Amino acid sequence: MSLSRWIRTPLLVLPLVLFLWPGTPVQASTVRESILANGMKVLLVEVPKAPVVTVQIWYRVGSRNEVMGRAGLSHMLEHMMFKGTERYPKGTFSRTIRKNGGNDNAFTSQDYTAYFENLAADRVELGLELEADRLRGLLLDEKEFQLEREVVKEERRLRTEDDPQAFLVESLFAQAFLMHPYHWPVIGWFPDLNAMTREDLKRHYDSYYVPNNATLLVVGDFKADALLPTITRLFEPIPNKPVPPPPAVTEPEQRGERRIIVKREAQVPFVMAGYRMPNYTHEDSCPLTILESILSNGKSSRLYRSLVYEQKIALAVGGEYSLLQADPELFYLYAVVKPGQKVERVEHALYRELARLQATLPTAQELQRAKNQVEASYIFGQDSNFRQAMLLGQAETVGAGWRHVEQFLERIQRVTAEDVQRVARRYFVEEARTVGILIPTPPPPKSAAQGSPQS
Amino acid sequence: MVALFLWLSLALMPVQLQAADINPIRFVLPNGLTVLVLEQHALPLVQIHALIKAGSAQDPAEKAGLANLVASLLDEGTGSRTAKQIADQIEFVGGTLAAQASEDFTTASARVLKKDTELGFELLADILRRPAFPEAELKRVRSEILGEIATEKDDPGQVAAKVFNELVFEEHPYRWPVNGTEATVPKITGRDILIFFLRQYRPNQTILTIVGDITVEQARQLVTKHFGSWKQGASPVRTARTPRPLEKPVVRLIEKDLTQSTIMLGHVGISRTNPDFYAVTVMNYILGAGGFSSRLMDSIRDNQGLAYGVGSHFEANLMPGAFFISLQTRNETANQAIAGVLTELNGMRNAPVTDEELADAKAYLIGSFPLRLDTTAKLAEVLSLVEFYGLGLDYFTQYPRWIERVTKEDVLRVAKQYLRPSNYALVVVGNLAKAKVTQKP
Repeated sequence: MSLSRWIRTPLLVLPLVLFLWPGTPVQASTVRESILANGMKVLLVEVPKAPVVTVQIWYRVGSRNEVMGRAGLSHMLEHMMFKGTERYPKGTFSRTIRKNGGNDNAFTSQDYTAYFENLAADRVELGLELEADRLRGLLLDEKEFQLEREVVKEERRLRTEDDPQAFLVESLFAQAFLMHPYHWPVIGWFPDLNAMTREDLKRHYDSYYVPNNATLLVVGDFKADALLPTITRLFEPIPNKPVPPPPAVTEPEQRGERRIIVKREAQVPFVMAGYRMPNYTHEDSCPLTILESILSNGKSSRLYRSLVYEQKIALAVGGEYSLLQADPELFYLYAVVKPGQKVERVEHALYRELARLQATLPTAQELQRAKNQVEASYIFGQDSNFRQAMLLGQAETVGAGWRHVEQFLERIQRVTAEDVQRVARRYFVEEARTVGILIPTPPPPKSAAQGSPQS
Repeated sequence: MVALFLWLSLALMPVQLQAADINPIRFVLPNGLTVLVLEQHALPLVQIHALIKAGSAQDPAEKAGLANLVASLLDEGTGSRTAKQIADQIEFVGGTLAAQASEDFTTASARVLKKDTELGFELLADILRRPAFPEAELKRVRSEILGEIATEKDDPGQVAAKVFNELVFEEHPYRWPVNGTEATVPKITGRDILIFFLRQYRPNQTILTIVGDITVEQARQLVTKHFGSWKQGASPVRTARTPRPLEKPVVRLIEKDLTQSTIMLGHVGISRTNPDFYAVTVMNYILGAGGFSSRLMDSIRDNQGLAYGVGSHFEANLMPGAFFISLQTRNETANQAIAGVLTELNGMRNAPVTDEELADAKAYLIGSFPLRLDTTAKLAEVLSLVEFYGLGLDYFTQYPRWIERVTKEDVLRVAKQYLRPSNYALVVVGNLAKAKVTQKP
């Protein structure tokens, strides 16, 4: 799940998945990798098509690196990263970027925290300078922290508390992961946000915001030869330091279906089923990516065609799988139940599509379509410097490495119909399933609601 | 100190009045179809984007949602293809086909890899020229839209916006949601759809924009082949109407059991072709569109910690659209946030902005211009809007100049003219017992 500092997200707030994994690149952009003396990795991609550039810095720290009782610490720190350093006091970061014609923001997920500046090409140094500065000189002012905690609590109310579907998603993850830190939400729980201290933030910052735990990306209209010395000058003096080890928790095997029911005021039921899945480290991640496309990508996908088009029992359906997770996570399906339809029927219709994939091979046409979709989405993704940098940054930060992108492109093309059937049978089993159902309740009676404005 | 000095010199370097190097070719087919082509050969992809000059503003009041339903049915079957065949064909090549109505126009676009350019043209032409509006698909899509309208009740932002528009656009076509209402959508018949389509979807009412790895000559041939025989129609008469301004504050409080109150405050704004558009853009940037550089964000979020997001918007449409400020805050702080919003509105009208605010706003708006044009999809969309609003193809060189020309006096003048902190519509959706909003309905 990814949270940004103030970007609005669409109605269905579900864990963020970048595009599908890329297909065979027609002409993949050349990535130039450098590693500074302090261990910071730098990935530069020259794209001269428009006079713009994106600068991104990715830290290998997210809610996965937090401990029980301090859920949301990484995201809170992300907010505090805009609250000033000794050199550039509160409020100057975004103002400086903006008055130079740029946009900046940040996002936090389970596995990473990333910051970016999109700028006109001649301003690239400014983004680099500001990122280098806040990598070591953060103030973490107590008063600013108290204020920003209120902002983050508002963010939690907006995104989760007052959104029935997002509320269900959060509950489902807490059920699916009992021990692994994927148990808690990126934004944190209210009690944890209240308990957090400046010292917690300082420790987190000192532990994880070190150059050897970061990847810097620049994608756009610049010359790598000219820019690398600038990057070296700005970042290499920053000392490195050992980083705490990643969480040693392996979520134990699930032994039986888990179900979570949420009852609250809502218009229609929402059903979601998550299955435990391997990540990029496993060879099955490629067939699973193809399976995801067959199942849920577009109006010709199985879920749409069956539940929305033919049976007319769902308003929207989807399936999401991201192999770019640091630890194994979920493949989940969901459906927004059409008014008047029974949630049980919709839930079983989701399972029936999985059973079909287990029983019969996908057609040659479906398999090829999925591969074509993966390939096209990679090329379309390259149209945006920002998305290109995100893909590389995410691959690098979760541990796959940016070179994995190209390897996956090839492996995806070799996936067979039998592979798809095999992974369908292996992973979509009831024992490993966590089901979440939102059951709407009627609004409170009018009389109770009317006590208001004047009283 | 040395480093600081160096950095400042960089930060203060003036943003150049650099014009984006965008030179589209424009031509008109004998049937009146306006075509814009922009070659972009960096990647093997093509974006084909049609803008039809009809939207929900053309819906009859009792059939609000008509334009949206027509757009939603375009890819649900044509004279020669079923809905399934259309989806299968475009998705097999990894392309996308999408159509969407808005207030003043409808867009339909195809995005394909270069090797599938011909298919992209063929499918887009088919859904624009020969949609069949099959009865079964109409029934299904209509029920989906009704379901979507129902689920929007779970989104306090949507609930607030709908009520807000009804207050601000009394007896004006912008009053109703683009997708219609639970009362109007069921009334739309197949005949309504067909009549709307035949009247509005005409080449002389359409702008076709092509951006990507294609030459102007190839584009011309493909356009002629797929759209050349499209029959011209009568140009529908458009009567632009200016919504009547409010004469006093109007307040609507809507009870919903939520932890936050969603607040929307505003009134009628300006049209896109208003000569003050650029001065208003600068003024609004300083007020609330400038992210963390804006007064509203500074006050409401950074100094009071009241909200995660707050912003001000001018929906500069063909006719004057809404101006509004929106935010969400916990119920208990609703009054504090409303007071903060009104303070900033009055502040814009009562005193000139500072030199620094003006310079920063202009520097951002000019400097970020290329960022708004950095993908083929964005280029296609902006180009078609430039044509739609008649801004001229020199827009890309003129925009920085129009912004640069704005003075402090202009900003103050447009703030006084277009911000009305005494005659606004205020909508609050939330737990009213906790919010205790002091403004009386």
